[in-house]
Amino acid sequence: MTQMKETAMTNSMGSPTTNVGAAVSLENLVRTFGKVRALDGLSLKIEPGEFMALLGPSGCGKTTALRVLAGFELLDGGRVVVDGVDLSDVSARKRDMGMVFQSYSLFPNMNALNNVAFGLRMRKQSSSVRRKKAGELLEMVGLSDQGNKYPHQMSGGQQQRIALARALAIEPRVLLLDEPLSALDAIVRAELRDQIRSLQQRLAITTVFVTHDQEEVLSMADRVCVMSRGHIEQVASPSELYSRPATAFVAQFVGISSRVPVDASNHEVVVFGQRCPIRSGEGSNLTGAVDALLRPEDIAIEVDPEGQGFVTRKSFLGAMTRLVVQVGEIPVRVDVRSDKASEIDLGTHVRPGIVSRDVLIATRKEIVAADAVPAK
Amino acid sequence: MAPLSGAGSLYEVSEIQNETVPEFSTGSTKRRRHFRWWRLVVLALAGAYFLIPLYAGIKFSLQNAEGHFSFQAYDKLPGAPGFSAALTLSLKLAVATMVVSTLLMVPTAIYVHVRLPQLRRVLDVVTVLPIVIPPIVLIIGVLGAYPLWAKASPYLLSFMYVILAMPFVYRSLDAGLGAIDLKTLTEASRSLGGNWLKTMWRVILPNIRPALLSATVLTLALVFGEYTMASLDLWQTIPVWIVQFSISSDGNIQVAASMMLLVGTWVLLVAVVSLDRSGSRRTRRRMGE
Repeated sequence: MTQMKETAMTNSMGSPTTNVGAAVSLENLVRTFGKVRALDGLSLKIEPGEFMALLGPSGCGKTTALRVLAGFELLDGGRVVVDGVDLSDVSARKRDMGMVFQSYSLFPNMNALNNVAFGLRMRKQSSSVRRKKAGELLEMVGLSDQGNKYPHQMSGGQQQRIALARALAIEPRVLLLDEPLSALDAIVRAELRDQIRSLQQRLAITTVFVTHDQEEVLSMADRVCVMSRGHIEQVASPSELYSRPATAFVAQFVGISSRVPVDASNHEVVVFGQRCPIRSGEGSNLTGAVDALLRPEDIAIEVDPEGQGFVTRKSFLGAMTRLVVQVGEIPVRVDVRSDKASEIDLGTHVRPGIVSRDVLIATRKEIVAADAVPAK
Repeated sequence: MAPLSGAGSLYEVSEIQNETVPEFSTGSTKRRRHFRWWRLVVLALAGAYFLIPLYAGIKFSLQNAEGHFSFQAYDKLPGAPGFSAALTLSLKLAVATMVVSTLLMVPTAIYVHVRLPQLRRVLDVVTVLPIVIPPIVLIIGVLGAYPLWAKASPYLLSFMYVILAMPFVYRSLDAGLGAIDLKTLTEASRSLGGNWLKTMWRVILPNIRPALLSATVLTLALVFGEYTMASLDLWQTIPVWIVQFSISSDGNIQVAASMMLLVGTWVLLVAVVSLDRSGSRRTRRRMGE
């Protein structure tokens, strides 16, 4: 990865920037497109300096929420409040929000330096101030030697870093990132992900990041807002989201879960012949025929010729190997240390068991989010 | 199983077992370039279709009354009665048409692209109407409806020419705007504090410059070639002058004027294209390429 330069961001007067993030409050947002309610009463509070990720499948409303915050979409209801000021009717150009877009949005007719300086020019900063500050920001994103290059002469990763510098140049109150990494290849994406997070933490700028990639979310965000059909399913830290999903949708969407049909009674279910308490949360009071949602690490297997499951697939993940164990008609995913997994051949009969202290359940046959990118 | 995002090491054991290594061709299926004689024939026919009338016109304009080679017609052309006035009027009308057309069509095309993309299909149809409706119908309608003071000004023709040029101007701009990510660029500019005017001036127009230049040249060519409207509105533009001059005077001068117009428009077109290319070259040189 390109070494990030340890250059302090300075303001137009040359003194170090005291960039204190803004508090953002989205209050009961409603936005409809024809008959579709893209935002259905969405409310979310973002703390100053927080890195909030909006995660969800395509069409869940996350990009609409970001565009409403940026001022690019009009609201049918609700308010956008930043630092106590209602910005709902304020034009996008007066909101002081820096935005990095999914598609490379650099101005093709300007070189990198002028792209970064564009926002300062709009703010009528002098030429010398513009040049100085744009140079500093280029250095900050590790591209100080690329200032004279035009967008078509740069790689996708470089263009997105310039776009990031351009968004930061105006010292925005909120930084908005609309899937900025999705068009990049895996290695560049990982580099830029680290760089964005590092810059965000250093500048303590309130950031809203939209993505459908769980790996990005889990590795970058302070908190994650999982959305579905225009409303919020859960807002939590990445670790809580993964380990304690509040709803079946979150459990299915974040990480990988196997659905195993079970019967629930007295706050307990029997999974693979093992009695387990039901995890508190949505659906915990369900009884009768339900599905148990099991993470790969919730399950352990033992090789047993009399076992009820057999291995149908192996996926090498590095230190771990993911096995798919067919139990009756149900495929169950199990993570096993790779050195152990190497001793298990396809077709080997195994006995699955539950190792987690409780189990999340959901109504049977709930729709699975098909367009999720599974996390490790 | 769906692949892990960014994980290069993942592979499915069960899936690779049955994989076969693809076989690559070693050249037996290489395509050969065949000379196709019919292409040359089509080229020759098309060339003849365009070049023979040009050749005939140039040859005729370079002859004197006795049929010998001479620049006499070109010598006499600037001093021919009414030529300068007609050329000046055509130039004025061309400039006015280009200005009005640009001021009207550029913001319209941008607005439709950014805010009302669903109207693009409608505009596609509407902008073709001037081609479908004969100019004579347009000008007769206008002359019947407009007040005398408007008809007394030659610049009424400019507004008519804007309508005539609309199919070419709109299509050129539409193609130029379609080639850039207009929505994202506009939003990027606005988020950085740019208002509509600055966004258009600093971001959009520089990025549709070739389309704008092409629209300008097409408009110019149209104004210098339009006869029906000008003659019915009783203004002696260059095409009208050419027709009227030929009735009672030297035919060689008439053809010389036509050739000059043709070559002038062509030179202008080349100049505009060169201007655009040299701009790109300067950019590349600045980059040290």
